[in-house]
Amino acid sequence: MATPTLDKAAEAGQPEPGFADSPYITVTFRIRRFNPEVSEEASWQDFQLEIDPKERVLDALHKIKWELDGSLTFRRSCAHGICGSDAMRINGRNRLACKTLIKDINPEKPITVEAIKGLTVLKDLVVDMEPFFQAYRDVMPFLITTGNEPTRERRQSAEDRERFDDTTKCILCAACTSSCPVFWNDGQYFGPAAIVNAHRFIFDSRDEGGEQRLEILNDKDGVWRCRTTFNCSEACPRGIEVTKAIQEVKRALITRRF
Amino acid sequence: MKIHKYDTVIVGAGGAGMRAAIEATKRSRTAVLTKLYPTRSHTGAAQGGMAAALANVEEDNWEWHTFDTVKGGDYLVDQDAAEILAKEAIDSVLDLEKMGLPFNRTPDGTIDQRRFGGHSRNHGEAPVRRSCYAADRTGHMILQTLYQNCVKEGVEFFNEFYVLDQLITEVDGVKKSAGVVAYELATGEIHVFQAKAVIYASGGCGKFFKVTSNAHTLTGDGQAAVYRRGLPLEDMEFFQFHPTGIWRMGILLTEGARGEGGILRNKDGERFMEKYAPVMKDLASRDVVSRSIYTEIREGRGCGPEGDHVYLDLTHLPPEQLDAKLPDITEFARTYLGIEPYTDPIPIQPTAHYAMGGIPTNVEGEVLADNTTVVPGLYAAGEVACVSVHGANRLGTNSLLDINVFGRRAGIAAAEYSATADFVELPEDPAKLVQEQVERLRTATGSERVTEIRKELQETMDANVMVFRTEQTIKTAVEKIGELRERYLNVSIQDKGKRFNTDLLEAIELGNLLDLAEVMAVSALARKESRGGHYREDYPNRDDVNFMRHTMAYREVGDDGAESIRLDYKPVVQTRYQPMERKY
Ligand SMILES: Cc1cc2nc3c(=O)[nH]c(=O)nc-3n(C[C@H](O)[C@H](O)[C@H](O)COP(=O)(O)OP(=O)(O)OC[C@H]3O[C@@H](n4cnc5c(N)ncnc54)[C@H](O)[C@@H]3O)c2cc1C
Ligand code: SF4
Ligand code: FES
Repeated sequence: MATPTLDKAAEAGQPEPGFADSPYITVTFRIRRFNPEVSEEASWQDFQLEIDPKERVLDALHKIKWELDGSLTFRRSCAHGICGSDAMRINGRNRLACKTLIKDINPEKPITVEAIKGLTVLKDLVVDMEPFFQAYRDVMPFLITTGNEPTRERRQSAEDRERFDDTTKCILCAACTSSCPVFWNDGQYFGPAAIVNAHRFIFDSRDEGGEQRLEILNDKDGVWRCRTTFNCSEACPRGIEVTKAIQEVKRALITRRF
Repeated sequence: MKIHKYDTVIVGAGGAGMRAAIEATKRSRTAVLTKLYPTRSHTGAAQGGMAAALANVEEDNWEWHTFDTVKGGDYLVDQDAAEILAKEAIDSVLDLEKMGLPFNRTPDGTIDQRRFGGHSRNHGEAPVRRSCYAADRTGHMILQTLYQNCVKEGVEFFNEFYVLDQLITEVDGVKKSAGVVAYELATGEIHVFQAKAVIYASGGCGKFFKVTSNAHTLTGDGQAAVYRRGLPLEDMEFFQFHPTGIWRMGILLTEGARGEGGILRNKDGERFMEKYAPVMKDLASRDVVSRSIYTEIREGRGCGPEGDHVYLDLTHLPPEQLDAKLPDITEFARTYLGIEPYTDPIPIQPTAHYAMGGIPTNVEGEVLADNTTVVPGLYAAGEVACVSVHGANRLGTNSLLDINVFGRRAGIAAAEYSATADFVELPEDPAKLVQEQVERLRTATGSERVTEIRKELQETMDANVMVFRTEQTIKTAVEKIGELRERYLNVSIQDKGKRFNTDLLEAIELGNLLDLAEVMAVSALARKESRGGHYREDYPNRDDVNFMRHTMAYREVGDDGAESIRLDYKPVVQTRYQPMERKY
């Protein structure tokens, strides 16, 4: 049975892809600390670690918490980019700590880690997520239908299903919303994540609540605030084309076709 | 301390908890307490799909599904429960679709279905397409859809509330549930929730293993809370090791990858599953595949310099198919391994995945105090529970199904109960246990560290009670766990604060893991046979004469305060199917 790819690496005596011998390196993590039980002021604290650069930033944070300072506080659960708990600003950019490998963010220099912006910091890397989820709930993020329910499933063509596929991937991590300069300046703005989740329903052929949602987003704090800076698309760990989704919602508002 | 009063309290907001909440909220005043924001629950990590004999793409029916479930569980399945699971599967998938779940579609617009391990047509003839799916993020879509419907129904959530104790009051000699005690992460405050009905839906406990697909937060808090109050845990020795975890990391690569045509290969490039399961091959049931992988590794056919893994080969599949059907897991390979699955095989090893055992319930989700007596007002559903539809080994796609079918049933049963029942009086000083536990940890000065004990626990579990077990290895584990439990008494934490003290909660979670690991090992030691996920090299055969029965483990406290585990057994419910040898 031909499996050339297996043999290629073995014959050449090369290590397997992605598993080259990697000596531990010393990395400095510069973390923005804040604990109002201790001080009203936030401050930077450096931690030095011996770590394999192929590990995740989340692994480094765990190492710090478990071996150096148990009071370092952050949220996390799944550790592989699927639960949306650990969005943070790493070297000035919003990312998930569990999806960012140390080697990919220039470990020669100190790596800065701080809470995402625009939401109130409660302790270290933990922010108040309530305003974010409130904006999400405000766009009526559920299927709205009228008439009798069918006995079997509603039919939907593969093309119609594809129409909103991208925006179903959202894990509500807030990386997009908290990277948006408009949101930093005005927390009333719905923010990209809420619009992404409105998009998910507006463009679902089974849904009949599009008009209502568009009205909500037509508000002064709605889609028109978007300045198309693309920060959100760059920040999204799920690769969702956030700006494109917002543009589609804007276009739907103008044409009332979706 | 604050006291709250609700008709129904649900512990956990994963698939099972939210499915229950949607029903309970319509019928009773309901609160959902969850240690994570609902959308962070590990149901969101499920990839492959949800089984239901919709027969959208080929002939299928619920009876075939029941048979596969019973056989997959190595006949330790309660067959009445399995039949309900398979029958209600169909409505349960259709309900989710109506709630908005974006399933993949067939060319004629119905829900598409694909193959999955152990699911067959006509009692094992050939693989059948039974898994309903949304790309490789079915769990994510279920979790999102259920949360969306909770928003719609106005379900009341208490987010980042950790339930740490179950309250039980004896009324006229009957143990009844009185409520729960929870710790609020943001403030450190302790809350007592008095409730007529409590539903546990707090998920699994895989974090006592090192290589696992489970989230950091899956620490068995629910199982531990009821166990500590003298209620039994069923079949805890049965844990599923999923064949395809990313090497060393344990991150899951769905069986759907093999459903789409992926092949397991050893270092010689050989498709070794042909030897072990001539009919189902790579899609044989999970325990069979995991053992086959380790057999290859032990016999020197493993890959890599240390020969400690095998390959999942997707390179013969068209890139378009991988992009359309398996986008997330191919991205995991790229992100975490730097491997391009179009052209390179992915190194994998079995990963600790799913707890078949848990809090025993009947088919209405009512928790059992022994083999037959229910605890009025206490319910459980999902991975925390044991109905038992999974028996000794769960089939892929049957858990997303379980959480929906039995989450719904528990939600309805609990709300109907609380509609007519009275509140049970709270025990005196209801928060005492939790207050003491929290205070002790906050002020402790001992020299032991949580990290060290957890690491040693995980290492001993991986080494001794994973895919292959013997009397010797299990005894080693029991001894080690005993030692770790002693050392745990001397553990101290660094964060002494009240606000978001995750240092404290990790210590409490470790205590739960230690208790459950001990129950698992002791139950495994007593089961001198091999069945499903429990494989004893010293007893390699299934022994229906002595062990066709569920294990029931109870915590006993002697007069001197010494703790021990008492094992009892419960008969298996058999209806249609007589036990047969399991071949794939
Ligand atoms: C990677 C992966 C892939 C999988 N793929 C599939 C698949 O394709 N098909 C399939 O059928 N099954 C699959 N499974 C199994 C299935 O996903 C899980 O068994 C199922 O989702 C568990 O759901 P649950 O609702 O019981 O628990 P979870 O979703 O884990 O939810 C537990 C909830 O309990 C809460 N909680 C926990 N402790 C406490 C506490 N002390 N106090 C308050 N709240 C608490 C948490 O906050 C959370 O909300 C997979 C599992 C994994 C790990
Ligand atoms: S759109 Fe992307 S960045 Fe924004 S919340 Fe969703 S997953 Fe996160
Ligand atoms: S821990 Fe779940 S997304 Fe990072």
